Amino acid sequence: MLIDWFTVIAQVVNFLILVWLLKHFLYQPILNAIDAREERIAKELADADAKRAEAQQEHDEFERKNAEFDQQRAALMDKATDEAKGERQRLLDEARQAADTLSAKRQEALRNEVHHLNKSLIARTQQEVFAIARKALTDLAGASLEERMVAAFISRLAEMDEESKAALGESIKSASEAVLVRSAFELPEPQRTAIQEALNETFSLQIPLRFETAPEQIGGIELSANGQKVAWSIADYLVSLEKSVEALLKDKVEVSAQPEAKPKAKPKAKPKAKRD
Amino acid sequence: MQLSPDAIVYWQSGFFKLNATIAYTWGLMAVLAVGSKLVTRNLSIELQRSRWQNLLEIIVSGILKQIEEVGMSQPQKYLDFLGTLFLFVAMASLFTIIPGYEPPTGSLSTTVALAICVFVAVPLFGIEESGLGKYLKAYLKPTVIMLPFNIISELSRTLALAVRLFGNMMSGTMIIAILLTITPYIFPIILSVLGLLTGMVQAYIFSILAAVYIAAATRARKPEPDENIET
Repeated sequence: MLIDWFTVIAQVVNFLILVWLLKHFLYQPILNAIDAREERIAKELADADAKRAEAQQEHDEFERKNAEFDQQRAALMDKATDEAKGERQRLLDEARQAADTLSAKRQEALRNEVHHLNKSLIARTQQEVFAIARKALTDLAGASLEERMVAAFISRLAEMDEESKAALGESIKSASEAVLVRSAFELPEPQRTAIQEALNETFSLQIPLRFETAPEQIGGIELSANGQKVAWSIADYLVSLEKSVEALLKDKVEVSAQPEAKPKAKPKAKPKAKRD
Repeated sequence: MQLSPDAIVYWQSGFFKLNATIAYTWGLMAVLAVGSKLVTRNLSIELQRSRWQNLLEIIVSGILKQIEEVGMSQPQKYLDFLGTLFLFVAMASLFTIIPGYEPPTGSLSTTVALAICVFVAVPLFGIEESGLGKYLKAYLKPTVIMLPFNIISELSRTLALAVRLFGNMMSGTMIIAILLTITPYIFPIILSVLGLLTGMVQAYIFSILAAVYIAAATRARKPEPDENIET
């Protein structure tokens, strides 16, 4: 007999026991492990998705901020460049103005110097001419310059036209005080007397005279009474000399001042680029 | 030479006895249970896991997939029964590589016991799934005339299950034993390898047929599937 019934029963029991054993030791633990792992993987994937989304968001945020920053930087840069340009222009203008002012001042100073030089030259020339004339007159004519001057003054007085003479006479008559005679030098007594006599003779009355020395009255004699005036001065001769000297000096000054009038210093105002 | 390991009796006391079939079955049970326990003692739910755990996971998920392919909607419910059937038969064949081992499935008593288990389990699962009345009505389909044929089919397929497995396993050991006496060197090895393959195929067939019967019973409205899978 191939079938042993005790063995059959025993094997059925054995099989059922094996089912129970494997259920507890194999299937359940393995299935639980697989489920747990799948759950874990799903969770990790979800986490990864969330993180990626977060990362994407942060990336976007960063890019946005970056773009904003670039824009701001460009704006600031433009502003700084504009400011620097403005500053440069301002500095250039200032420098140009300063140069112009300096140049104008220099020209002014030069002009003043020329003027002073001119003046002193004229004064010196007058004095020299006066001295030369005095010497020449003394040497040649044997008369002093003062004498010749007084003679010239007297002859001018005599040569006055009738109208002027009458006006002067009126003035002298109506003058309350003595008639003032101004001269560059102290007049000697004979000359004073000569003038007195000439006046007395011209206006036919006794005129009180007051003599005064005025150094600015270069080589000349002036009579003034109540606004009316009679004068002779070497200054008249000197006017033409003065004019020619002045013209000569002016030409010279212009020639020498021309290269200097240009602004020497070019302003080195480099605009500083402002950076933040 | 014995036709069945039942004949090797180590101990007997009246009706009770301890023969090679029972002894080797215990051995197999011990190996399966202890092995499973050892591997599943510290399971990892991380992505990194031990090779043994990996192996068991592949086996268990493979069985689940096969049950699902048969057409059952809840494979985990039948995993305990069908999976144990497969593992027991497969391990019984696999251990034939150990010299002196007699596969318990080479005993008709064992295969009959397994067939009886299937014979009982099929209506149990069917009734649990669709109720007693609906399950019994399935025997009257397509017509009442088919009732005796259905019953005969139920019995005969159980017998077929038992005898098919027994015949294959027994023949395997038998052929090797015969060949050993004729050509003792090369051929037994080749046939042993072939026997391993046959054993795996038989394990697959046995559990798949059981799955198909259960599937048919749980979907009572459908007609019984053909039993085309033969060796």
